[in-house]
Amino acid sequence: MRELKTETIISAVKKMCIEANCVIGEGVTAALEKALTTEESPQGKEILQQILENNRLAKKNMQPTCQDTGTAVIFITLGQEVHITGGDLIEAINEGVRQGYTEGYLRKSIVADPIKRKNTGDNTPATIYLDLVAGDKFQLQILPKGGGSENMSALKMLKPSEGIEGAKKFVIETVKKAGANPCPPIVVGVGIGGTFEGAALLSKKAHLRKLGARNPDPFYAKLEEELLEEINKLGIGPQGLGGRVTALAVHINQGPAHITALPVAVNINCHADRYKVVVL
Amino acid sequence: MNKDTALALRTPLTDEVLAELKIGDKVKLSGVVYTARDAAHRRLAELLNKNQIAQLPFDPQGQVIYYVGPTPAKPGQIIGSAGPTTSFRMDAYTPQLLAAGLKATIGKGARSPEVLAAMKKYRAVYLVAVGGAGALLSQCIKKAEVIAYDDLGPEAIRKLEVVDLPLTVANDIQGNDLYQEGIKKYAIA
Ligand code: SF4
Repeated sequence: MRELKTETIISAVKKMCIEANCVIGEGVTAALEKALTTEESPQGKEILQQILENNRLAKKNMQPTCQDTGTAVIFITLGQEVHITGGDLIEAINEGVRQGYTEGYLRKSIVADPIKRKNTGDNTPATIYLDLVAGDKFQLQILPKGGGSENMSALKMLKPSEGIEGAKKFVIETVKKAGANPCPPIVVGVGIGGTFEGAALLSKKAHLRKLGARNPDPFYAKLEEELLEEINKLGIGPQGLGGRVTALAVHINQGPAHITALPVAVNINCHADRYKVVVL
Repeated sequence: MNKDTALALRTPLTDEVLAELKIGDKVKLSGVVYTARDAAHRRLAELLNKNQIAQLPFDPQGQVIYYVGPTPAKPGQIIGSAGPTTSFRMDAYTPQLLAAGLKATIGKGARSPEVLAAMKKYRAVYLVAVGGAGALLSQCIKKAEVIAYDDLGPEAIRKLEVVDLPLTVANDIQGNDLYQEGIKKYAIA
């Protein structure tokens, strides 16, 4: 048994919230720089330059790249040999989020109730997923998820007979419908298979992958390339004002499904593809 | 349609100046702009519905609304990161505000056919800023003061003073739409 104190977890979560929002990862920067070379629209190029400059400035000032610092979506990988001491794990995560969003001057964007809409004032509760694994690993991954791109995400229960063509059509339709709203260039997370909620989670987890890394299964790796090409033919471009680069990458996660089912979920992320991981 | 250099505009905006603008034009906006998002718009619309124009937190005549909910300012900062939010959530309220004299809105993403028609009717424009460039855009904000609905936190109405805020004309008073035109130009069938 390895002991891990909740206070260690709290301070790690706090730091992650701030860093993920202020420092954009190298993979995203590289993809934006590459986009600058492929974009043909002068307006699109200028937008990409502004985004890159924005991200440099945010890092320098340790200020959020975007005013929507998102829902704190946190994935915990907990080894069953780890013993959490000093309090409740979920409460520790929320306390870390509370401290990170308050002391890091991040925006509090969570309402306690979807209809009554009163802000909780500290960006909690976080959206937390827990994976229990063998061994004594303890890993935290955070995706601060913006509303603009989350709102353009969609899920459809396809008929198995619709197959790969049906899945492709739905992904492209979703991106087309999203247009300028999710702040393109976007990253498209796709979940194929699983149950209704499982497909959505697969599509969210697709954003945990390093930007542009391919699915290990060559079939899905090829599908990712094809979808990216099709999406970039739509002409939506940076900020939806027309151009070649609508998406920076497509990441697909597939999972086993029921004999009657072919769920497909599309979780769109914006160019503020924020991510941070720590192993404690 | 694109002009290479940005046009300097100053608020309040007049019909003469707006008549010159075409979609795709780059604009650098200076002067006062007011912030408002969903919750603030709901309150503004309630007042307009009851015809209580005098009770609006500011006179919309010739003014500009920026759809933004900034992050809190750090000590020493004027404002936190302050980029545009998605405009379509405000579409239901925009025609009323344009009818009351508002001359421009600033946000990101395409507007509804109703808003496009209202912009043509009341001679107003829609300007877009780069979504997700909140750190960069905040540098153009030289003064910020909450003037109403403090209880709404990031959604309160703020009076901002901006200098050279970089924007693009997405809808002009002739009813053209850069979102439609731009995508048409680059789409590959
Ligand atoms: S969609 Fe992303 S980049 Fe755009 S405003 Fe929302 S969080 Fe920021």
